Amino acid sequence: MPSRFLYPRCLKFMLSCLLLVTALGQVAAYADDATYTTDLGVALSPSEVSPYEITIFPSGKNLPEGKGSVKQGEGLYQNHCMMCHGEEGDEGPAARLKGSDGWFSFSDPLRVLRIDKYPILLISVGSLWPYATSIFDYIRRAMPHYAPKSLSNDEVYALTAYILYLNDLLAKESVLNEETILDISMPGKQRSVSAWPEIEL
Amino acid sequence: MKPTNVRAKSLVPVARGGLLDRRSFILSGLAFSSSLAVSNAVASDKISTSKIDQSLPPWMKTPGNGDTEYGLPSKYENHIKRDVAEHTPETSIFSIWHTPIENQRGIITPNGLHFSVNHNGVPDIDPQKHKLMIHGLVDKPLTFDVESLLRYPMVSAINFLECAGNTAPNAVSLTPLDQTAQELFGQVSGAEWSGIPLKHILQEAGLKPTAKWVIVEGADGGSHARSIPISKLLDDAIIALYQNGERLRPSQGYPMRLFVPGWEGNANVKWLHRLEVTDKPAFTKDESGLYSDILDDGKIQRFSFHMDVKSVITRPSGKQVLPEKKGFYEISGLAWSGYGKIKQVEVSADGGKTWAIAHLDQPVLSKSLTRFYIPWQWNGNSTMLLSRATDEFGRVQPTRAHWRDKYASYSFNHYNAIQAWHISSDGVVENSYA
Repeated sequence: MPSRFLYPRCLKFMLSCLLLVTALGQVAAYADDATYTTDLGVALSPSEVSPYEITIFPSGKNLPEGKGSVKQGEGLYQNHCMMCHGEEGDEGPAARLKGSDGWFSFSDPLRVLRIDKYPILLISVGSLWPYATSIFDYIRRAMPHYAPKSLSNDEVYALTAYILYLNDLLAKESVLNEETILDISMPGKQRSVSAWPEIEL
Repeated sequence: MKPTNVRAKSLVPVARGGLLDRRSFILSGLAFSSSLAVSNAVASDKISTSKIDQSLPPWMKTPGNGDTEYGLPSKYENHIKRDVAEHTPETSIFSIWHTPIENQRGIITPNGLHFSVNHNGVPDIDPQKHKLMIHGLVDKPLTFDVESLLRYPMVSAINFLECAGNTAPNAVSLTPLDQTAQELFGQVSGAEWSGIPLKHILQEAGLKPTAKWVIVEGADGGSHARSIPISKLLDDAIIALYQNGERLRPSQGYPMRLFVPGWEGNANVKWLHRLEVTDKPAFTKDESGLYSDILDDGKIQRFSFHMDVKSVITRPSGKQVLPEKKGFYEISGLAWSGYGKIKQVEVSADGGKTWAIAHLDQPVLSKSLTRFYIPWQWNGNSTMLLSRATDEFGRVQPTRAHWRDKYASYSFNHYNAIQAWHISSDGVVENSYA
């Protein structure tokens, strides 16, 4: 570990000024204008970074090779996901995976009661999320909740395919892979605006 | 209970409903000093067996207990605790722990009471095995162990931290829920955060000209991640290692977290282990759904990082009972803004018809909780107490109706409308919509 300090040459002068200011009875300010630092970082090689590069970008960057069908996804869903997301994907306690966001729909008169019990059901992956790559990303890094990072890439493609199918964004016979996932157009994208000015959506 | 006798030279009403001028709120000391009598001691040969009065309480007549290695609150205060939101039990997908805001004074939340939201539980991270990585659009990808980071020069600042979903029930519930300030406002806290300015780490790695965002990731089970604009990280963001003078608690991100002053809690990534410098945001789980706002026209507003100007009266507040009809009380509360300093807090004791300017406790700091108070002589009638904060940029809290005009009826993040507490003629305080 390199232990050299790279204080600027003027550090001694700065400290002298600080002492002088203190001696004059002034209160030293918070050090948030500190201009000195050190450099103890150790070089990181691409092979060391690689296992951690799990963020999947909307461009498809970092998507692994693999494939999974809606049908395979349905089976995986019943085994790993249904206990938290419900039989249909909108019963809670975990977030809604399908359908509209908001209070209720005419096809589901029980929704108001569900929201009273689990307010998080007001939001929905199917209607709000702008990119299918984010679904793949989140399942792969965080799901299932009791065993995150335990699914294979093919299994993650299959579950992503099933959630897209639940939202009528993919046909029942479909297979999703690292290329076809980029063809999915999510309804949440068209509705998106950014409060942060430095970005185009 | 003894009725309140306001000791003050003169209190001038400053608004209707019993709000008084705090500048006249000065104790009169004369009454005490003039009543001291001088006793004349008389010399005597008699043997005295008299003792100090034995009716004194037992703790004045026995040696005290030993102290402890790590101090705890008095056992008489052990009912002051965080509580977990009912719909997010500890074992569920995520848990929301609310701070007992109405039982605190000053602007610092004790570490054990600081609010906490955990999306995948609290990881048990061994600091010896934990590393921070920075890579992506940098000249030199780097890694740091905790020991090295602790050697960096650090800065400290007192800042608030608030979850985007704080006070969500008042945003979406059709009728005001009868809840406490802890339940409604318990997802905001204040602390002194100390750590390394992030700009130093970014500069050490060397940013490429295309660098615009950093995907900030935690080492928890869910690998929580948020996309943060580089301009904020080069401004006042820190890698926080200490909170209120001690190393971070596990539920606050031990061994380190990102701290972005004034921005929604979720962006202050806990258990920080990776900074991926990019040109675009990643649209992670929380920036795709839960931490977006649904606008009135159905549009989904993303990346609304700032927590806007907000305030709440913490005393008196929801489900408390005023002990004395027509008594004297001090109204006290907290105000904050994610943009800068609080400039003014106004209080109304007549449901918003008239307002008076409350006193602000020093220090008034940028992006920090600010304590306000104002004396109040309750006339015993039912009324409504309101507070309205303005920050240094002239941002003023909206009414609830104005806030709701902007968002869909079910949008619950970033709620900062004027809070109203209804006071019944029996002194019962209840959450209310003004």
